[in-house]
Amino acid sequence: MGVINKNSDRDWIKHRYIGAGLCIVFIFGVLFLRLVYLQMIHGEEYRRLSMTNCVRLKSIKSSRGLIYDRHHNLLVDNRPAFDLTIVLEDAKPLKETLERLAELTGDSYEDLTASIKKAGRAAFYKPLVLKRDITRDLLAVIEAHQFDLPGIHIDIEPTRNYIHKKTAAHLIGYLGEINKEELASGKFPNVRSGDSIGRYGIEKSFEADLQGKRGGHQVEVDVNGRVIKILKTVEPVSGKDLVLTMDLSLQQKAESLLGENDGAVVALDPSNGDVLVMASSPSFDQNDFIGGISSKKWQALRDDPGRPMNNKAIQAEYPPASTYKTITALAGLEEKVIDRNSTFFCPGFYKFGNRRYHCWNRYGHGNLNVVDAIAQSCDVFFYQTGEKVGVNALARYAHGSGLGRLTGIRLTHERPGLIPTSAWKKKRFKEPWQAGETLSISIGQGFNLVTPLQMAVFISAVGNNGTLYRPRLVRSVQDAKGQVIREIEPDITGGLPASKKNLAVVRQGLLEVVHGNHGTARRIRLPGIQIAGKTGTAQVFSRKAGEKFNNKKLRRTLQDHAWFVCYAPAQNPKIAIAVIIEHGEHGSSAAAPVARELIHAYLEDPEVPTAVVKHDQAHVE
Amino acid sequence: MFDRRLVSNFDWGFLLVIFFICILGLTILYSAVTAGYAGTDLHPLFKRQVVWLAVGFVIMMGCLVIDFKEFAKLHFLIYAACVGLLVATWLVGHTGGGSQRWLVLGPVRIQTSELMKISLIISLASVFADSISPEGLGFRHLIKPAILCIIPFGLIFIQPDLGTGLLLLLIAGCLTIFVKVEKKVLFILGGAGLSLVPLVWFFGLKDYQKDRILTFLNPERDPLGAGYHIIQSKIAIGSGMLTGKGFLHGTQNALNFLPEQHTDFILSVLAEEWGLLGCAVLLTLYFLLLFLGVNISYNCRNMFGSLLAMGITIMIFWQIFINVGMVMGLMPVVGVPLPLVSYGGSSVVTNMVGFGILLNISMRKFNTA
Repeated sequence: MGVINKNSDRDWIKHRYIGAGLCIVFIFGVLFLRLVYLQMIHGEEYRRLSMTNCVRLKSIKSSRGLIYDRHHNLLVDNRPAFDLTIVLEDAKPLKETLERLAELTGDSYEDLTASIKKAGRAAFYKPLVLKRDITRDLLAVIEAHQFDLPGIHIDIEPTRNYIHKKTAAHLIGYLGEINKEELASGKFPNVRSGDSIGRYGIEKSFEADLQGKRGGHQVEVDVNGRVIKILKTVEPVSGKDLVLTMDLSLQQKAESLLGENDGAVVALDPSNGDVLVMASSPSFDQNDFIGGISSKKWQALRDDPGRPMNNKAIQAEYPPASTYKTITALAGLEEKVIDRNSTFFCPGFYKFGNRRYHCWNRYGHGNLNVVDAIAQSCDVFFYQTGEKVGVNALARYAHGSGLGRLTGIRLTHERPGLIPTSAWKKKRFKEPWQAGETLSISIGQGFNLVTPLQMAVFISAVGNNGTLYRPRLVRSVQDAKGQVIREIEPDITGGLPASKKNLAVVRQGLLEVVHGNHGTARRIRLPGIQIAGKTGTAQVFSRKAGEKFNNKKLRRTLQDHAWFVCYAPAQNPKIAIAVIIEHGEHGSSAAAPVARELIHAYLEDPEVPTAVVKHDQAHVE
Repeated sequence: MFDRRLVSNFDWGFLLVIFFICILGLTILYSAVTAGYAGTDLHPLFKRQVVWLAVGFVIMMGCLVIDFKEFAKLHFLIYAACVGLLVATWLVGHTGGGSQRWLVLGPVRIQTSELMKISLIISLASVFADSISPEGLGFRHLIKPAILCIIPFGLIFIQPDLGTGLLLLLIAGCLTIFVKVEKKVLFILGGAGLSLVPLVWFFGLKDYQKDRILTFLNPERDPLGAGYHIIQSKIAIGSGMLTGKGFLHGTQNALNFLPEQHTDFILSVLAEEWGLLGCAVLLTLYFLLLFLGVNISYNCRNMFGSLLAMGITIMIFWQIFINVGMVMGLMPVVGVPLPLVSYGGSSVVTNMVGFGILLNISMRKFNTA
């Protein structure tokens, strides 16, 4: 260790200590001079500025991105809303000002002060919102009394406007005010307290694109809080616009066809997974959520037995019923349990153990092969096929076909459905699998649960010869000038676990459902367009063997759900559809006609866009 | 065995200066947190700061017990422990304000980068004490110190806390220059550094990173954020004029114009309420503190002790200069607290450890064994 004991050593190092000391003297001199400069030379000026507290920030809200349908029809834009705000520091005398204001607006004094109390001391000089979205009449009154109302301002805020009330409400979603946890999470750097963020649907999933960036002014204000001078400005950045894959006119058609029924319709483009329609009924008005939904309206929505707040296309799980026979047929063919020509005899029931499993046709279908069995939806044929394939192999094919797992659509709350296996039952119920249960599974009853979107993705894959697509919601993201910033490419998630040859057999069966002489959906034929599909009638409530019910006597809630899944044209499909009507009874009578109308509307005139609405005022400045 | 010289050499003046700064600091903090506070009790932040200062005094006294020369022997162990804490912070640290800086141990949150400063100074002082010479340090003498700096800098940089990271390098750099570097080496390193800046600027950085650095250097670029705070801070300071608006009568303070008035911007509260006179008193106290620090360093007969004292003095100097400069609009906006005045436990404890070491060195300055 270096020990200083020689004088020569001390000499050279002594200068360095003196140097260090001089540096400190110099820097402190600079700091002191700066203080003199601020406090003595400019002191008067700063004292004046501090007395009026007149340098403030005024925020400029950015406008959120717009949403268009696939043909550039505007679905969501922003309108100016007028908010009544107060700056406490300027509103003097406060009590008189608020009383005067209460008289003009017709609100009680207490209502107006409530938001002030909530804000606390943090916001003494920041504008506080007293009343959101006031009417133009009230706006005129306030403007006229401007000079009697010190510290009261009108702020123009761009506010979300859902143009087509209730249309695709579940798909598009809505906004809600950001909460404290989300603000603290750091995930929303451009959002401030009081701002809204996407809460549901595309508004939520594409928040990062839609959200803009706030700007602001640094301003000097007078004693009454009115702006005298803008010192500095940071321009806001608008959010990006979205072009959806959804077809507005088709969506509206689907919603009107659903009408008062509870249920869902999903239509996909089989060539790329584009979501042409995603309708869920009953719907709700997204405009009700702007500025916070009233608790009365929220309660009404929540307590509605039709579950309007659920997107039934992805959140509701139903037994797939006879639509599932398509899977059973594929599994049977692939596992070589049956082939194109193997036949079973249907006497109207299948005896298994000492129990009779009935066919829906009590008189029996006689001898039929797999194509006939699909066309006529014979239960007995599929009981036997399923029994030979076994529950676990069936589950493997169902899984491979996209059932029992998420489709990967970019929406939150998607449900995976359920495809049972023997291991699953052991785990869930601590009971072994019963062979009889395999029979129920084979015709899509029992534990099986699927969402309408899963069925649409599956039937679309059958139609396009085996490709499973991730449903695509947004085609492109563009800027306010319409320049494309980002295209979203179709995304293949897998292929059906079936050979082209076996798929062709199943496709023939699906075609005969509509076009065969005994097809269950033969009544929906359209001139010139071949439709391939499958009906289904899902039991809500299990009947004991041999028990008879007269449906009309049952309460509507016990009636069966009606399914129809299809694609068209059969040879080169352009659209694939899944329809479910809750308590619609028969797939052929309740669900299939909905699909037919949509196919008719889409294929008659598929590529001609409906009138393109040009909204130059769409981005509110 | 107890040496009587330990008491006679104890630097009572230094302790007195620390004591006065604490008293002044608490007075300002009281005003900063009480403005607009509704409770009748003392503000909880004020109470907590009193506790921290008391804890700090105990820790400072604790630093007197062991002969500082033991630190030289243990320096690598201390260094390794602090790096370990930084790694732990990186792995399991508490995230606040977008960066992961705190390690939570029971009821206390430790800002580990603060401890690292002291530890690095001890290590550098120890390394330099062996290599110091009138001719200055050559390249080969600088390899070890460079490695010692770069590890903690990297770990603090990824938190990310660029401000503290750069402060660490600044302290290390100043200590190195104090020790004396060969002219040749100084020119080469300086030249290399300067020529690297444009390279990194044009090829190494993305636009948003450049933007952040420019805003850091010039807060006016961000008129709604840092720039606005600086304007409000300057208004607060300037409006204090010669004698101030009086204790608890600051209007800028009362209206919460500044976001961090009890931490980084606390000087503006003093300037507003006590004016130029109040600021002059605080600056004088700080000047005395640094002067006594240099004095301790100068008088120490042990090279390690002398460099350690100088390093700690440099650390305190930069904190004061950066904070005061920032609040007055002379320096970039960095989150560096004002020693013993800003609210905050980690800062109080680190500074008290530093003062303890300085006092320790002053006590044992003749003890060269």
